[in-house]
Amino acid sequence: MKTLPAVDAVIIGGGWTGLLMAKELGARTPISVVVLERGKARHKEDYIADMDELDYNVRFRLMQDYGLQTVSLRYTTSDRAIPIRQLGSFMPGQGTGGAGEHWGAVFPRFQPDVFELLKSTTEKYGAKRLPEGHSIVDWGITWDEIEPYYTRADKLVGVSGKAGNIRGKLIEGGNIFEGARSEEYPTPPTKVPYYASLFESAAKSLGYHPYPNPSAAISKAYTNPDGVSRPGCFYCGFCDRFGCMVSAKAQPTNTLLPLIEKQKNVSLRNGCWVRRIEYDKSGGGRARGVTYIDETGEETFQPASMVFLGSWTFNNTRLLLLSGIGEPYDPATGKGVVGRNLTHQVSFSPAQAFFEKPLNRFMGAAPAGVRMSDFDADCFDHSNLPFLRGGTFAGIGTGFQPIVGFGAVPSSVKARWGAEWKKAAVYWYDRVGNVGFAGEHIAYKDHYMDLDPTYKDHLGDPLLRLTINWRDNERKMVEFAIAKGVELARAMGAKEVVPASPYGQYDTRRYQSTHVQGGTIMGKSPEHSVVNTYGQHWQASNLFIMGASMFANNGSANPTPTLLALTYRTADAVVDRYIKHPGQLT
Amino acid sequence: MRRREFLILSAASVGGILVYSLDGKASLAAQEKSSTDQQIRIPLKFFTQSEAMIVAAATSRIFPSDEEGPGAREAGVAIFIDRQLAGPWGRDGHRYAHPPFDETAAEEFGNQGAATPRQIYREGLKQLGGFDRLAPSEQDEALKKIEKGAFFNLLRRNTIEGMFCDPQHGGNVDMVGWQLIGFPGPRMSNFNEIEKYRGEPFRPKPVSLAQVTKHPNPPSEEEK
Repeated sequence: MKTLPAVDAVIIGGGWTGLLMAKELGARTPISVVVLERGKARHKEDYIADMDELDYNVRFRLMQDYGLQTVSLRYTTSDRAIPIRQLGSFMPGQGTGGAGEHWGAVFPRFQPDVFELLKSTTEKYGAKRLPEGHSIVDWGITWDEIEPYYTRADKLVGVSGKAGNIRGKLIEGGNIFEGARSEEYPTPPTKVPYYASLFESAAKSLGYHPYPNPSAAISKAYTNPDGVSRPGCFYCGFCDRFGCMVSAKAQPTNTLLPLIEKQKNVSLRNGCWVRRIEYDKSGGGRARGVTYIDETGEETFQPASMVFLGSWTFNNTRLLLLSGIGEPYDPATGKGVVGRNLTHQVSFSPAQAFFEKPLNRFMGAAPAGVRMSDFDADCFDHSNLPFLRGGTFAGIGTGFQPIVGFGAVPSSVKARWGAEWKKAAVYWYDRVGNVGFAGEHIAYKDHYMDLDPTYKDHLGDPLLRLTINWRDNERKMVEFAIAKGVELARAMGAKEVVPASPYGQYDTRRYQSTHVQGGTIMGKSPEHSVVNTYGQHWQASNLFIMGASMFANNGSANPTPTLLALTYRTADAVVDRYIKHPGQLT
Repeated sequence: MRRREFLILSAASVGGILVYSLDGKASLAAQEKSSTDQQIRIPLKFFTQSEAMIVAAATSRIFPSDEEGPGAREAGVAIFIDRQLAGPWGRDGHRYAHPPFDETAAEEFGNQGAATPRQIYREGLKQLGGFDRLAPSEQDEALKKIEKGAFFNLLRRNTIEGMFCDPQHGGNVDMVGWQLIGFPGPRMSNFNEIEKYRGEPFRPKPVSLAQVTKHPNPPSEEEK
């Protein structure tokens, strides 16, 4: 094994969190920083010619290579886990920028009560209303503490939108249910595709409060506080699952990498697959550095004074388990913390709608559209409802593509191939749309991650095993969402509306969202959390964890703004305090 | 080295003439008015000649050429599938392929089989021997017998892919699939049109990736 000269900081993962931390440390300190990314090098120029649906949207060129590593999944602790053999319900990334390259760039904040979910729900409805077997905990921070960091994340990407609540003043046309924000959005809302305008009118006609979807594919040219400029969106429709050809969609490669490549104290190494964080238990615990397989296949030890772990939800948890850092969570006893509070997101299309008029849905951007929060979080009274929490409904002009999009026909057409089906599918191709829903997934005691006893990755390390399913609260929420979605689709003027099927078991085949959360959760006490609110590990003060694995509960909204906000908060704590006085931050 | 195999089609049967050069470029030549039917020989990368004839015939029943417009035959779907199977996707290059395989797992766990797409095709096509020589109604009957199975599902999925992929993959020849449904391909900008068309069709002439960019990324089927 090769041992390299020590560096001050090593960062595992070259996605949104890893590169943001690298940029902050590189710009604000003189320390030496190495970023290890297991995938290929990528630059914003790579995407000029990527508008190929088959390679990017069907064969998933930018996503994690399951040929090397996947996860296994089971519904309960008494089941045997099955490996997920092909990309399906989530799409992790691989390569510089990670999933931040192919993401949909929807950029909402969580509702304020998400951070104090246990406290706020118990106060309002009583402990008896909490779902059976839940493991809801509070994050250890409040809305007021995270809001300034959300604002920094907003400015980093130049998010487009319209505020609905600035310092407590409600503004019509924005999201009046949102937490008070300190400032207006950096750029105005995106254009509104025709399909999204139908949703907007429908929502208004039903008395709801639609607002422009917060979009990190920006509406106009913008220069961020770091001096990085990006153009406005051209609505080409090759967005989600692609890299942006013009950099209008914020991605780590166009927002962070150009700065990092100029920073002399930061280096990014691609093709480096981290296997272990080397850990010394004595003296309160300390990470000594990381061991990885480099791009030539050589095992390499990189000693470091600080280790930052930003390798996405799954590998953040898996690397702690493989490295023996912290106590693994045991659902039978409730003891241990690593792997607990695994959540996904209740994300689906409650209603499919067939219209008489053509929709021109090839034009658009993944986040360009209209959303409403009337049934999100606790924005509506749950006293007489059979479930807690909720989600947002949306009509998005996402850029509809023919391989994925072709084939939907009204219920009167039974054929799935042949002349009758072809005629109907050609006619309806540009006359069909979906109402979207993104809802909260409660954390439960039996939903967690550990190491699989059977299946291994290409290096022989155990796969991560997920134990997760939908429960009564999610299924009841889905029933409610289907009824509301059908109501919205009808109000949009659809000729025929096909309601979604109710939720049965968790389905690894159907894309849900790439918003898997938990496993290394944050909190105020080492008894129920892996890291403190700065992402600092309770049993290794020089190890900091970044990403949605820190989220104590799922908050219905897309996770990227929150994980960027928390990364900024960690960076401030490290730069302003930890580097000067290493030790546990309080 | 495998023996060179060709898909041989009658020019009259395809409506136009599919011309394939060896470097994978496809185009439709004008139909020649000739009293004697011409034969076109297309080099194959994975299928045998008889397999390719069956795939061409079967995909033409899934997505027929009729008065509604062109189908799998004009789009070159059989050639598209041949190239896909020859590439990394055909051998499950990016699929988790470690045993044990538990094919009794619930359907929610997705495809748990050990067979690669190449193996699924090879086995599936054995069930369709002589298919290309049946009458259309007999072909439909034969497909109905297998339409619930994994092979047919894959064939149907690949047919849609071959109808609507970028032409660089060997399907959607001359963008006939995109023209059929009004998809314009990779247009660089819809900035001026996106809020303009509200319920009326906007159908710009399709363009392919090779036409809009001088340096298209190499297609995935050519990756190692």
